[in-house]
Amino acid sequence: MGYETVIGLEVHLQLSTTTKLFCGCPTTFGAAPNSQTCPVCLGLPGVLPVLNARALEWGIRVALAFDCQIARVMKFDRKQYFYPDLPKNYQISQYDQPLAQHGHLDIVVGDQTKRIGLTRIHLEEDAGKLLHEGSPTDSFVDFNRTGVPLLEIVSEPDLRSPEEASQYLLDLKALVQYLDVSTCNMEEGSLRCDTNISLRRPGASLGAKVEVKNLNSFKAVRLALEHETRRQAALLDQGERIPQETRLWDAKTQKTSLMRSKEEAADYRYFPEPDLVPFIIDPALVARIREGLPELPARKRQRLQEAYQLSAYDAKVLTQHRALAQLFEGAIQAGAPPKPVANWIMGDLSAYLNAKELDPDDLSASPRGEGQAGVKLRPEWLAHLVELIAQGTLSGKMAKTVFLQMLEQQQDPRALVERQQLTQIADPGVLEQIADAVLQANPQSVEAYRKGKVTALTHLMGEAMKQSKGKANPQQMHALLTQKLEALKSV
Amino acid sequence: MPSGELASKTIHELRALLTAGAVSPRDLLDDVLARIDRLNPSLHAYLGVEPQRLRQQLEAQLAAIPAGRLRGIPITIKDNICIDGEETSCASRILAGFRPPYDATVIERLKQEGAVLIPRANMDEFAFGSSTENSAFGPTKNPRAARLDVVPGGSSGGSAAAVAADLAIAALGSDTGGSIRQPAAFCGIVGVKPTYGRVSRYGLVAFASSLDQIGPLAKDAQDAAILLSVIAGHDPRDSTSAPVGVPDYARELAQPVRGLSIGLPELPAEGQTDDVRRAIEEALRVFQQLGCRTARVALPHIDKAIAAYYIVATAEASSNLARYDGVQYGWRAPRGSGLRGQGSGQPPSPEPPAQSELIDMYLRTRTEGFGAESKRRILLGTYVLSQGYYEAYYLKGMKVRTLIKQDFDRALSRCDAILMPTSPTPPFRLGEKIHDPLQMYLSDIYTISANLAGVPALSMCCGATADGLPIGMQLLAAPFQEAVLLRLAHAYEQHTQWQTRRRALRRGD
Repeated sequence: MGYETVIGLEVHLQLSTTTKLFCGCPTTFGAAPNSQTCPVCLGLPGVLPVLNARALEWGIRVALAFDCQIARVMKFDRKQYFYPDLPKNYQISQYDQPLAQHGHLDIVVGDQTKRIGLTRIHLEEDAGKLLHEGSPTDSFVDFNRTGVPLLEIVSEPDLRSPEEASQYLLDLKALVQYLDVSTCNMEEGSLRCDTNISLRRPGASLGAKVEVKNLNSFKAVRLALEHETRRQAALLDQGERIPQETRLWDAKTQKTSLMRSKEEAADYRYFPEPDLVPFIIDPALVARIREGLPELPARKRQRLQEAYQLSAYDAKVLTQHRALAQLFEGAIQAGAPPKPVANWIMGDLSAYLNAKELDPDDLSASPRGEGQAGVKLRPEWLAHLVELIAQGTLSGKMAKTVFLQMLEQQQDPRALVERQQLTQIADPGVLEQIADAVLQANPQSVEAYRKGKVTALTHLMGEAMKQSKGKANPQQMHALLTQKLEALKSV
Repeated sequence: MPSGELASKTIHELRALLTAGAVSPRDLLDDVLARIDRLNPSLHAYLGVEPQRLRQQLEAQLAAIPAGRLRGIPITIKDNICIDGEETSCASRILAGFRPPYDATVIERLKQEGAVLIPRANMDEFAFGSSTENSAFGPTKNPRAARLDVVPGGSSGGSAAAVAADLAIAALGSDTGGSIRQPAAFCGIVGVKPTYGRVSRYGLVAFASSLDQIGPLAKDAQDAAILLSVIAGHDPRDSTSAPVGVPDYARELAQPVRGLSIGLPELPAEGQTDDVRRAIEEALRVFQQLGCRTARVALPHIDKAIAAYYIVATAEASSNLARYDGVQYGWRAPRGSGLRGQGSGQPPSPEPPAQSELIDMYLRTRTEGFGAESKRRILLGTYVLSQGYYEAYYLKGMKVRTLIKQDFDRALSRCDAILMPTSPTPPFRLGEKIHDPLQMYLSDIYTISANLAGVPALSMCCGATADGLPIGMQLLAAPFQEAVLLRLAHAYEQHTQWQTRRRALRRGD
């Protein structure tokens, strides 16, 4: 082998502005087909585009978060090709004077930080959706998505492995989520990714670039790149040349196949969009947007480490998703100590999310998309849980149960404890009663203990916890039973 | 009133009569409709007029708009300006039957002033042409020619002929390379191409986005001023419309022109006939009698204008016409026998059937739906934008355009208005130039630079041939100086008793 893999990613981000990029139609996902259209986004004869100022501002916001240089003058261009989901048979995009250029994203792979360059970021309008099911002879087109604002984010070919590419994508998503400009969802199509990959012998010039499309999940990106690496390496090993081409990933067969060769690549005949004048971006606007940026993950990671003595790893996990960071910081603000909160989030909460195949974003207070119930987890609830344990009201084991109830019933743990009367029994009198009852009911165990079988105590503890419905303070109960058994032994 | 009398009046004359109650809007519309009924079959200025619907529209307008600058005035609309619910086909088969679900901004403004809109004035298909012979539905005849064998000009030939023959009181047309001004000259009326950005393009089916403007065709400068006041002004739906205030053009009209300077450029003389040259000299004498000064101005790059225009305009047109593909609206070729490339001995296309069925639909719809001139321009425009040729053609064309604009900036800093012919020849005969596209293109030589430079220009009758065919002159001014053009035109009219001459020119009664 001995090849160096060179990868670049092209990400399309759908901006969740209220209206489309060039008209006032709503952009809500999942509406009835062709119910969110107007003459402009339908490309009817005689219509003209007008730029959505909010989309421009959000584009600047994203570009600043990636440390890009914002254009002083930007313009739009027509990218021309014929397809039924593109009503004007051209897409309004940006060619040579895009919104922003020359940025970067620092990613952490293992324990190394690597700077991945961002070539450019530009605005463009989305196309509609074609549907081929439902008729043997016809296809259907839904224009709801036509004109929705997209931000295209192009990386330099700085990635050197599928793993790095995956991390880049995750970190990009994490960063964008902090900005509140997109739902960043690959399944819904608000985050799309194409990749370019080539192989070369170390030191040699760049090999032919293969573009891979139809990647519909984070997993697909990694698998497709791994597959391509193997496929290209095998070809090179046999002495063959890699042709420059575009390939499609097939998630079912887990293979890429040829979509079009370089010769078949379309000539897009770019030229400046004459219906839109060039835009001069006021530096004062950029400054204002920069000031309005939230604390971004890299900075937050550092601050959490310093302020709360968290490890680098812990800080990374907690900031990987804005939802988790918000949970953590919210719980701290509600008075909880950082270490237990971090443990709950990284431990039980992550386990729960994995088991239910949920995303940390599902922890927001409102349901995401249709059919989603949403799982509410308020930061103060986490704080209360930690407090209940610290106060001794809940045993560690009990707390795990309450934690699950909190998520499933969407209730404050304090309320759950009170309603179910889960308060740990610490009253010596009550504990005494339970202990006595248990000892009376289990003479064999008492006898066994007397004979020296210490494990009999475990059995008696089990009974005591059962009798007390798990509420007996385990340490106290253990001490009590031991004390009584010892007393009986000497009798 | 005798039949046709009302139809022959101007907006300003009718407004006085209507306001005074001396004339009823219903009688006015009836008079116009009667003339249309009698004369349109031979002139073919309109593509289908529905008298009942128009009367209903009048009633609705009278009820809805109690007072408006155009209340009850019948205005004809070129077939490329969208009216909600009215067929707008751009005189093309590919858009036959298309009814836009919205009004162009200029239409909204006309409606708000109470106008009665008479669609659809004939035109060259998609505004590609200078004679209205490229209409998919038959040419329009010039009403000034006794034998009706002369073109009205183009592409707004239907609008110009309608106004000239009193089949409407005034009209809206569009001008990309002279399509308002040249037909206005050929039919002996006034036509104005406003400054680029003066009038909203929202709702104008685009030909060349950086050159198109909607403008008035009218019987005199005052009417043109009134119409322009109604339609001009910034439109937030058109990003290229200028946020510049609109002067009261009608009020500005009566300002004296004494002391204004008229610029005289040196022009390429090819094809200019003697009678055109004489008519312009005569017009200049009138302006001098009115007290205008003259100045020689240079337009050194004007001989490059045609080349630059036919590269830039066709490039934009090829892109603007890409949407006519049969997918969503307009005409779609019926499902065919399928795969293309099925000539003798040719193997079937390797693509899956669905893909080539799609391409088949595109190809046949556009082949069968577009006329020859449209295809010519789409091919030319696609070529100049294609990979490897962009810099040599389109980019170069845009650079030449900048030079032409700079020529006009310089020239118009030295004078108030430039005077030149509208067309190098008087109106030509039907069929005379249609088989030689380049000859047709060259007839635009005096009008296209105004579009390239974005400056306003006005065209009006300043003479006639021995046969009585109108000869037009053109006045150009600096951006947003339409008022100067209208003043000069109005002064000329008053001085030459233009109206009497216009009525005398009227034929076909």
